[in-house]
Amino acid sequence: MANQSIRLRAGGAVARRQLVSRASRYFFLGATVLGVSILLFLGYETIVTGASRLSLDFLTNYPSRFAEKAGLRPAMFGTFWLMLITIFTSIPIAIGTAIWIEEFAPRNRLMTIVKINLANLAGVPSIIYGILGLTIFVRFAGMDRSLLAGGFTLALMIIPMTVIASQEAIRQVPPSLRDGALALGATRWQAVRYNVLPNAIPGIMTGTILSISRAIGETAALLMIGGFTFIRFDPGPNLVDFADPAAFLAGLNESFTVIPIQIYAWSIDSRREFQANAAAAIIVLMVGVMALNLLAAVIRERFRRN
Amino acid sequence: MRELTAELRQGVTIPRPERPRRILTPDATAAERVQSEDPIRQPPEDAVFRLQDVGLWYGAKHAISGITLDIPVNRVTALIGPSGCGKSSLLRCLNRMNDLIPSARVEGTVEYHGADIYAKSVDPVEVRRRIGMVFQKPNPFPKSIQDNVVFGAKVNGIEGSSREIAERALKQAALWDEVKNDLKMSGLELSGGQQQRLCIARALAVQPDVILMDEPCSALDPIATLKIEDLIRELVKEYTIIIVTHNMQQAARVSDYTAFLLAQEHGLNGTLIEYGPTNEIFTQPREQRTEDYITGRFG
Repeated sequence: MANQSIRLRAGGAVARRQLVSRASRYFFLGATVLGVSILLFLGYETIVTGASRLSLDFLTNYPSRFAEKAGLRPAMFGTFWLMLITIFTSIPIAIGTAIWIEEFAPRNRLMTIVKINLANLAGVPSIIYGILGLTIFVRFAGMDRSLLAGGFTLALMIIPMTVIASQEAIRQVPPSLRDGALALGATRWQAVRYNVLPNAIPGIMTGTILSISRAIGETAALLMIGGFTFIRFDPGPNLVDFADPAAFLAGLNESFTVIPIQIYAWSIDSRREFQANAAAAIIVLMVGVMALNLLAAVIRERFRRN
Repeated sequence: MRELTAELRQGVTIPRPERPRRILTPDATAAERVQSEDPIRQPPEDAVFRLQDVGLWYGAKHAISGITLDIPVNRVTALIGPSGCGKSSLLRCLNRMNDLIPSARVEGTVEYHGADIYAKSVDPVEVRRRIGMVFQKPNPFPKSIQDNVVFGAKVNGIEGSSREIAERALKQAALWDEVKNDLKMSGLELSGGQQQRLCIARALAVQPDVILMDEPCSALDPIATLKIEDLIRELVKEYTIIIVTHNMQQAARVSDYTAFLLAQEHGLNGTLIEYGPTNEIFTQPREQRTEDYITGRFG
């Protein structure tokens, strides 16, 4: 029987299938390399163009007609306050909506329609939200072209995607945890508060940060509601007014600019030096987004460990 | 190895509590329903649950129907039957866990100590904290062992230090000796059998009166299973236990009464075929279908 040993070299159909398998590996490698190298090239270009302009003065100066004197100070203040407003208005609404839909809402046709439309809303172009914000907040509510109007508009824009991401995270929590808590005589809210949410928080955080990253780089919607491009004061509440809430909150009614709008304004300027300013501002924005992502990762890991 | 066999032997020879041999004692209410050859023999003991013509619908699907059954106090009652006969569904009717399934609808009456638990004024949270439940797959929370045990007690506002609540419940669940030095360890790090006893401890900490067990050993190995069965015999001195099981030997080993359920036609309408003292069900069933199932001819 020894000379009848079976053939284990790939042949026929197996050889063909293996060929496809190996080819697929190179195809996917190629896709990854292409994407990453374009990203690296863009990053490299930006850093080369903008690095020379990065300095303390660049961060603390107001915009100027002279590229070398122009700085990002009002835009950074604007972005900071705008994000604060956006985060504090959108997050509670979005997470609350997700909890209600997943944990409390009746399962009927109306809810199915609501869920589908949430997904549709998340796909609406941001300029549409800009028009909505202009109509509702700037005109109808009379907020004018203020930080508050801008923050609310961005909140409106990111609520649908935050809701969807939070819903997904809540759905990932095994039903056995919820049932276990309810079977012990916990109320619906206790089961959600102590068993569902702690396990959904990492996912909710990830989704939320992605939404905020989108908001922090948003330009179109804010141009629509009238973010200014040339501001020579610090938008937002003055920290000196902290003891006086009325004065403090009045700062939120000021007009504003943000980093992406500043980048847009500089990059459409025909003068080369301003292009360098735009690149430098992009670096600042990127660092900000990365810091946010890092913060999210830290929070996520802390919850995961507990 | 010697320890192991000793443990096994011990599991088989648990002293059974005295149980009535004759079941046709003329109990006033039960006797009315009992005929001498009636396959449904309601137990003479006081009933914790009194089910009258209970049915359950999932949407248009009639999962169980016409179940009339008294569950005796301080006894283990086993619900047996092939998959899909509605025994788990019936169990979940008893602590209103079926409420969580939007399409589920219960008909008939389920009386718990004389109170209809499906009455409009009844809060399911009040029901569930008196009637604990242990699930098929051990489902400890991703928290420490101590936090797992005290969770139910705390949400129900039971006073006392967490440590003491945990110790008492873990001792009752025969888990204390194995975990007393690791109370801060995650419940998920325990073995499957320990996790299930943790879930039992968690239910006991709420100070219930009844414990429902939905195939509590189906995910466990034989040794862990025997430990749980020993525990059930121990707990029944203080609690009423209702256990759903696929394992006929288990029903025979742990239960005092056995109810045999069967779906009338394929996948439809689980009904009660026979009910009575376990030793009678397993040695001289009155229904041919009970005998066929117990002897393994189907199911």
